[in-house]
Formats: sequence, structure tokens, C-alpha cells
Amino acid sequence: MAGIVSYGAYIPIYRLDRGLIWQVWGRIPVAGEKAVANFDEGSVTMAVEAGNNCLQGFDRDEVDGLFLASTTTPYKEKQCANLVAEALDLKRGTMTADFTNSIRAGTIATRTALDAIAAGTAKKVLVVAADCRIGHPSTEYEQSFGDGSAALLLGNSDIIASVDGSHTHYDDILDFWRLDGDTFVRSWEDRFIINHGYIDNIQEAVKDITQKYGLTPSDFSKAVLYAYDGRRHLQLARRLNFDANTQLQDNMFSTVGNTGAAYTLMMLVAALEEAKAGEKILVANYGDGADAFILTVTEGIARLGDRRAIKYHLPSKLPLPSYDSYLRYRGLIQGYAFFENQSSATISWRDRRWNINCRGEKCLVCGNINFPTQKICMYCQSKDQFEEVRLSDRKAKLFTYSKDFLGPSLDSPIILCILDFDEGGRFYAQMTDRDPDKVEDGMPVELTFRWMHSERGIRNYYWKCRPLRVA
Amino acid sequence: MESIKDKVAIVGMGCSKFGERWDCSAWDLVVEAAYEAFEDAGVGPKDIQAAWSGTVGFTSGQSLSYPLKLDYIPITRVENLCGTGLETVRGATYALIAKAYDLVLCVGFEKTKDRGVGGLGSGEPMGGVHPVFGIQGTPPGRYAMAATKYFSVYGAEKKHLAMISVKSHYNGARNPKAHLRREVTLEQVLGAPIIAWPLGLFDCCGVTDGAAAAILCRTEDAPKFRKDYITVKALGNSAGPGCGKMMTTYDWVHWEETYRATQQVYQQAGIKDPRKEIDLVECHDCFSIAELMCYEAMGFCERGTAKNDIEAGTFAMDGEVAFNAGGGLKSFGHPVGASGVREIYEIYKQIQGKAEEPSRQLKNVELGIAHNQGGHPGTFICSMGIFGLPGR
Repeated sequence: MAGIVSYGAYIPIYRLDRGLIWQVWGRIPVAGEKAVANFDEGSVTMAVEAGNNCLQGFDRDEVDGLFLASTTTPYKEKQCANLVAEALDLKRGTMTADFTNSIRAGTIATRTALDAIAAGTAKKVLVVAADCRIGHPSTEYEQSFGDGSAALLLGNSDIIASVDGSHTHYDDILDFWRLDGDTFVRSWEDRFIINHGYIDNIQEAVKDITQKYGLTPSDFSKAVLYAYDGRRHLQLARRLNFDANTQLQDNMFSTVGNTGAAYTLMMLVAALEEAKAGEKILVANYGDGADAFILTVTEGIARLGDRRAIKYHLPSKLPLPSYDSYLRYRGLIQGYAFFENQSSATISWRDRRWNINCRGEKCLVCGNINFPTQKICMYCQSKDQFEEVRLSDRKAKLFTYSKDFLGPSLDSPIILCILDFDEGGRFYAQMTDRDPDKVEDGMPVELTFRWMHSERGIRNYYWKCRPLRVA
Repeated sequence: MESIKDKVAIVGMGCSKFGERWDCSAWDLVVEAAYEAFEDAGVGPKDIQAAWSGTVGFTSGQSLSYPLKLDYIPITRVENLCGTGLETVRGATYALIAKAYDLVLCVGFEKTKDRGVGGLGSGEPMGGVHPVFGIQGTPPGRYAMAATKYFSVYGAEKKHLAMISVKSHYNGARNPKAHLRREVTLEQVLGAPIIAWPLGLFDCCGVTDGAAAAILCRTEDAPKFRKDYITVKALGNSAGPGCGKMMTTYDWVHWEETYRATQQVYQQAGIKDPRKEIDLVECHDCFSIAELMCYEAMGFCERGTAKNDIEAGTFAMDGEVAFNAGGGLKSFGHPVGASGVREIYEIYKQIQGKAEEPSRQLKNVELGIAHNQGGHPGTFICSMGIFGLPGR
């Protein structure tokens, strides 16, 4: 039977106290804080983070499909799932697809992946959902939307939770939408979309799936329900007869916020982190209709080792000091910068094995690791005697650094770094997600996939380093 | 391999005023430097048989033939990053030794202030810039990585870097052609805004327009032009394979390319004890940490001990070996192509006793080193030369 094999999630390190937004605009206050992607993060980079966390301990060559679910993929024409697959170092034969334009994209992708597995055209499919939506300044959505990602590895063996049933239906309603070129999410009056969009649709899905499989609300240990916001989430649970204290999966609304296409899957991952064999989980997601799944947790859950997901990322945070730093990170205000950034589709294509896949070369003669890749070994000058090795998940230590205030950055200073991998090899990179006052020689760091700069409409991505995330 | 020592002489030199020359084009600067050199050598443009143009920002030999209206002679434009100026002299020297020509001109120049922004830019050429790997920080950011490492390995402090800048500003304040002509105090240097931690504003050289020129011939012909000519003793160049930022074997606390080029020139010039034999070093102090690590790379002190000599004033104008008596890049800025030739100009004038301002004239100067290193720490191109009294 098809089901979930592994999971991962990612929450950006920065959190913005919603009060800082409210102090600027007034109007409707939303309690708590929200997760904010760093200036060099977006749905692509967060998808890579969650995907990497999900795949730890798994053979990446066994992944047959990579589905990216997001309403904020950076390119309108040009797939992003292929970029995520490349950064995850997946094999070339992986089927890739973007599932977009709906906040329900995460469960649509999951359903499609399960269908492919059931049909036998794929054995393992990785679904990564990430979103980085921007609410219109001054609206409650500016306060409520947060950034994050989740990943599910789906398959039909070694599963930690079986998917026993599913439901899907569509509904054409203008609740939230964006046109080409819109930076901010547009919306209709909340009283209309909550009743006729959110609650009606999820209720229809839950009613159908429970009836179809002869289950009642009390049969479920957990109900993972898409949350419009904290208050409406409770309203929905009451309507569906789930106990908010014991059954309703926490919505992270006051700590992370509504993460769009990633939201329900992030809650599901949080539920799986606490799940025990035999428990039933109901998942219901909303957006242009609704999806629902019935899951049964298997004995396999105990064998899946700890992974970086919600519990790992939630307490690990840095505060954004002000509203304007939020605007800066989202690129809504930009300082004057003159830098000879260049893009080259040919160079990026030619160098993708190290630029994106983060593969270095181990010299077969002297054993040293060359990065970026070379024709002649830097250490022993042997020619073309290399085997590729993935470096993106290797641990490293900071060898030296500087704090460059001159280089233009949305988050000055640039921390310019030389790092040495514990298993050999050197890497030249900027440091991100850091407190400049806490950078020191020898500190442990790891690599993270980030946006570097854009030019001629080309988004250039590369790997940076970051301090290990600690709570 | 035959020695080049004393085979070629410099018989005329010129140097433009360095500074933010808003009213001057690159061509104006070339004319200013070249005509001072013509006058100094007592020759005219028609006497020049071949020329070398050193510039990063302009291409082709027309960068000299056009401004100087030279008469269809062979001109080679050379570029070797910060070593560009010295490369003009290396090309010219070899051509003279080969007797391909008898009298040649070298001009190094750069117009840095037409960009609309401060700084020198990435310093990487078109076509060679990788979208994400090449440019990750500015030149001070790159050098600062060596400073943090040097501090942690050898225990030097910001104060030691500051003392280098105070010394160079003191020297530059006395040089009429320098860009920055103001003395600074240790407190000012240490209190200045940070550019790339640990480097502050005064740890960094200026961004400047300038040009410098030299006229060379074989030494046997030199007396026809003047008595007080100087000769080329040695010319070195070391191009690092460019792996310091990628190879775990590079320690970030020494300049390997400068060390290698130093070995070449000391061997050619027969230098055994530089601290005793060399009177003046015009070295590439684009940042204070660059000069500090040059003391060690050039063998003026042991690795890790530069701070002791800095505290002792060893490299001041009145110290054992004057480093950047002219003010260095610190005071002259770094119009990339010009710097190497400008350094030779300082050695030339000091040997001739024509340092203009009496308070900066060194006594009994016989041998001087001109040095530039360009690129990224761990990934340099270094050009060096030794120049001095004939027969010395």
C-alpha cells in the first residue's frame, strides 16, 4: 500500500513580531510572530531545505519523481521543480513537475504522487511544498502569512503511514488571487470566503471521506486541518466535531503563520513527529476546492530516525528587529547597489554539477577534494582523474572570514568565508542566517542553497554556509 | 638562462598628479606622464621605436598611439591585474635585450573615476566572471579574511595595521604627487568606520586616477641621455594557480605568489640579505594587511614577527628599510595600470636625489623594489622588479 516513507520540513530562522507590523499600520492586530524567509530565501530554496531534510538517510537514486508545490515559484515560464531536483542531487530520470497557482497545490501533488505510485510508474516520489506569499501591506494577511516548507517522501515500501483513502473536489471561488505581476495577494471580504470557501469546502471533503470509509471524528487521533488563521481554525474544528485540545493538530499560526501551499503539509509533518503506530490521522486541505486523506501510522514510524522538521526548526530563531527589515528581506525596499553581478545561462548550465548539485571531485590519485571542479587536480596536478562527491550535506568548519560592509547586500555586512569540510575540501562562500557578532574562527557550519542575485531576469542560485541552527 | 641584471636602463620618467582627476580623461593623464618622461630623457615621441601600454580598463596599443599620436610604431597593450604597470617594463626590457629596438616607452595608467560609484569594482574581466563563484565580496572583504586569520594565528592586532597606515599617510603627506596628503593619527585610524572588518577606512587605499611613464634603452646607450640613469636589476612574476580559496593547504597568513616572485628577483639581483641590501621598497599596500604580509613574504622579517618590526619602526622613512616612502597605494590610490610604473618613479627619483620635497628625500638610496600583487588572496598574480644604481 502507498503511503509516506519519510518527511522533512523547514522554517526560516527569522521571525517577525506581528506587533511591529501593527505598530506601523494599526487596523486589525494579529497575535504572535511569523516566520520570515531571509532575503536570500524563497520557495525554491526552502523546498530544497525541506527536501534535503526529508531525504537524509535515503538513497537519492531511488527517487523517481519530484513534485514542487508552491504559489510563489519565481519563474512564470520555466520549471522550478527541475532546479529543486538538481539542488537535491536527484538522478536525471526523475520526473519533475511544478504544482502551482493554488494553496491546495501541496495535497494535489501528494495525491498525484500517490496515484503514480499506485499505477506503478514510480516507486518513490518526493513532494516538496514551499511558499513565501506577501500579504498586502496594512492588511491582516501581511501579519498572518508566514514562510516555510514541508516535504513528504511517498512510496509503497518501508512506509511510516499508509494512505487509506482520499477525497478531492474543486470549487471555483475568488477568495485569494494574484494576477501576473502582482506582488501582493488580493482577497475578497473574509466573512464570505470563510463561510463559502474555507469552511464549506473542508466540511464537504471531511463529510465525504469519513462517510466513504465508515469513520467518525472520534476514530482519529489527529485532525490536520488547513488553518485560515488561529480563530477560524478552531471554528472549523468545532463544526467538524473535533476536540480542539486533543485532536486538532496545532496550527503554528502564532509562531510561523499561514504558509500557503506548504501549510497543511507542515502541520502533517508536525503530527507525524508525534505519531505512534496504529493512530489514524485525518488530513484536509483547502484551496480552490478541498482534498482529504485518511492516514494510518505504521510500525515503521519508530524506525525512521530523527529528522529536521518542525520540532527542529521552530525554536531555532533570530528576531527581525523591525518592520523595515521585513520589507528589505522581501525586496519591497531596496538600497542603492552597484555591483557587477552577471548572469550567464551558458556558464550556469555548464557548471550546474557544482553550482547547483554541489558536487565536488575527489581526486582518484591523491584523494583530495577539488571544488569547484577542475580538469587538473589542484593538489597533485593529475589530469581528469576524479570521481564526483556530493558536498551539500557535509559538515564544515569556518577557516577564516571577514565582514564586508562595502559589498552591497540586502543584509549587510556580507560575511565572506573560507570553510574546510571535516572530510576534506575547501569551500568559498558567504555566510547567511547569522548574527555578525557571533561569527568566529573554527565555528561549525553547514551549506544551504540560496539565491545570490538576479540580472537580466535570471535568478542565480548557489550555496552559502550558515551556523548550525540551535534553539 | 642569462642574467638581465644591468642590461637595461631607465633614462626618463614621468608621473601625473594622482587624484580624482574629474577634469581629465585617461588620454590626458597619459600625455601628462609621457611628456614629463620625454622632457626628462630629452627625447620626443618620434624617437620612440616601440611602446608598451599598461592598463586594465582600455584595450589595444591604440591606448597609447591615439593619445600620444605615435607614428605607426609597434605598441603592445599588457594587462596582468595589479601587476600591469610592471609588466610593461618587463616586456620592454626583454625587447631591448633582444636588440629588437633601441629606445622604448612604457606607460601605465588608469581612469577609475568615470564609473559613477566608488571602489575599483570586482577587478575581474568580462567573460571570466562566474555568475555566483567569482564575486562574493569586495576586494577589502577578501583581504580582510587574511587579516582575521593572521590575527588569530600570530596575535597581531588592528593596532599593528593602523601603525602601517599612519606611517604611509605620513610619507604621502610629503609627496606632492600623492592623492591623499594628510597625516592621520593612530586614534583616527582605529576609530574610522569599518569597511570590511577588521579593515577600517584608513586600512584601505584610495580610488584614484593616474598615469606614469618610463623611457628605457640598453645600458650602453644610457649615457647618451643622462648621467643619473638607473638600471633594471631583476624582474620577477609569479602567477598563482589560483587555488588558495579552494585548497585546504593554503593557510591565509602568507602571500605565496609574492614569496615566489621575491625568490626570482633576489636570485637575479644576487640579494642575500634584503634587510641590509635593499634601501627602499614600494610595495602593494592596497590594504594595510597586504603590506604587513609583504614584510614577511619578501624576507624582511620572519613569518609571524612583522608586528615587532612595526612597533620598532623598522619600515618607516627613517627606519632600516623604507617601505612605501612615496606614500604607497595608501596615499596614491591604485589606478591599476599606473601603480607599478609609479613605484619605479619613486625609486628613480629617490636614487637621483630628486624627491622634490626635501623632508622626504632618503639618503644613499642604491637599490629599490617595486612590487604589485593582484587578484584574490590565495589567488594572486605578483609582479616585482629591483631597480638601482648601475653596477650596484
